Amino acid sequence: MRYAMAMDTKKCVGCSDCVVACQTENNVPHGYCRDWIVENVDGTYPELHLEIRSERCNHCGDAPCVRTCPTGASHIIEGGIVKVTHDECIGCGACIQACPYEARYFHPEGYVDKCTFCDHRVAKGQDTACVSVCPTRCLTFGDLDDPNSPVSKLLKSRKWKVNAPEAGTKPQVYFLI
Amino acid sequence: MKEELFVSGRNIPNIDPVLHIWHWQIPLYLFLGGLAAGLIFFATYFFITGKTDKYNVAVKISPIIAPIAIIIGLLALLLDLKHTQFFWQLYTTIRFESPMSWGAWTLGIVTPLSIIWPLLYLDDIIDYFDGKCKIITKFLKWVDKIIIGKCHIIKWIIKIARKYQKIMAWILLLLSIILGVYTGILLSAFNARPLWNTSILGPLFLVSGVSTGVAVIMWMARDHFEKISFSKIDLMLVAIELFFIIHMFMGYLASSEVQQEAAALFLGGEFTAVFWGFFVGIGLVLPALLELMELFGYKIPIAVPAFLILLGGLVFRFIMVEAGQLTRYLY
Repeated sequence: MRYAMAMDTKKCVGCSDCVVACQTENNVPHGYCRDWIVENVDGTYPELHLEIRSERCNHCGDAPCVRTCPTGASHIIEGGIVKVTHDECIGCGACIQACPYEARYFHPEGYVDKCTFCDHRVAKGQDTACVSVCPTRCLTFGDLDDPNSPVSKLLKSRKWKVNAPEAGTKPQVYFLI
Repeated sequence: MKEELFVSGRNIPNIDPVLHIWHWQIPLYLFLGGLAAGLIFFATYFFITGKTDKYNVAVKISPIIAPIAIIIGLLALLLDLKHTQFFWQLYTTIRFESPMSWGAWTLGIVTPLSIIWPLLYLDDIIDYFDGKCKIITKFLKWVDKIIIGKCHIIKWIIKIARKYQKIMAWILLLLSIILGVYTGILLSAFNARPLWNTSILGPLFLVSGVSTGVAVIMWMARDHFEKISFSKIDLMLVAIELFFIIHMFMGYLASSEVQQEAAALFLGGEFTAVFWGFFVGIGLVLPALLELMELFGYKIPIAVPAFLILLGGLVFRFIMVEAGQLTRYLY
């Protein structure tokens, strides 16, 4: 099993519904978030190009946060989801420094917190909170090891990119372009 | 082509807009850890080579600074932790991939050994401070009388340590190098911070740390021979450090865009003045010049170059930790 997400930059309107859904579902403290919207404008008027991305933890195949964690609090569970065990985390911040995507933060209670790919929902066969609310259906979550899963099919039929591939982290959130 | 980036929906404290999760505690620890590494290195090295009498202060007296530095450093590290009540989790696993795990275990062994070493020379240390500083002498005499005199376990530990001092010296020598290198590797292991992600940082921090240790030894040394010897060692270390710094910048400039931008912070960017002025200028070149003048017979109080080296070492670590957090991958 290899969970991954495909994010269609051609469909996203940047409404931030995914951000709010995540905050509500996961009880994210006020002022914090586990996913966010990036709007990238390039070119010179009138030749402008806009790309909107909904970003989150990339649940990397080669996760530097897990490698640098001194206690093993950051770990990888079934399906490649990167998680943090709260009472093993000492709050040293090494994983936050190690993440090229700045996907981790200190929870006000002290431990490090991040996107869990809603593993509590996925275990029940549901989609992640962000995927389930997206009004333009630009987010697709699924198993890359299953060639017939919607996410596998999308990645086969569309052009895609990942964020900072040169960091060598093998990110598992794919942006369809 | 112009490019603009908006990030909405996130404004996380200490992470947005720029990462700033490590504050003064980390550079202070890196400084004190390097300092202790330098002190322990020379104490054990000259003990092993049988030059205890020649380098009296380095072997017997100055190592008392090491446990003090380490303990203050450890307190700083503890203050840095955000989930402090779980700090003991560091000692429930050994994670070979994590530099911080290496550091935690190294410190776990170095700290008690560095306390035992000066206890072996407590009489010499009391003699050193006697008549110079009343409070320290009184405190050391109290330690000698109450803690060592009345506590049988400590007496027994000192007896064992004396018997196997050569083995202890070898272990400490090795661990002091790991401790010194670790202060740099802690940073260089982060691929996501391009400024830190250079393998020269380990050796550079080791040399810089050892050089601050040398500064303390030459400051504390009483006889001319020992002062001059360590002054010469320090000159050599400064030369190596300058070479490593040039090497580091050559590496950045020949590397990817993110590392070129990291180097730009020091080559015209916001850290230019403080790095070249306060660290390289006042903290390396100036004390080296003063030491050279001393060697050529000019009378210069050794405290001046020693203090400048220590200040430079501290400033260097603050700059590296601050600047490193500003650098990141672009996408």
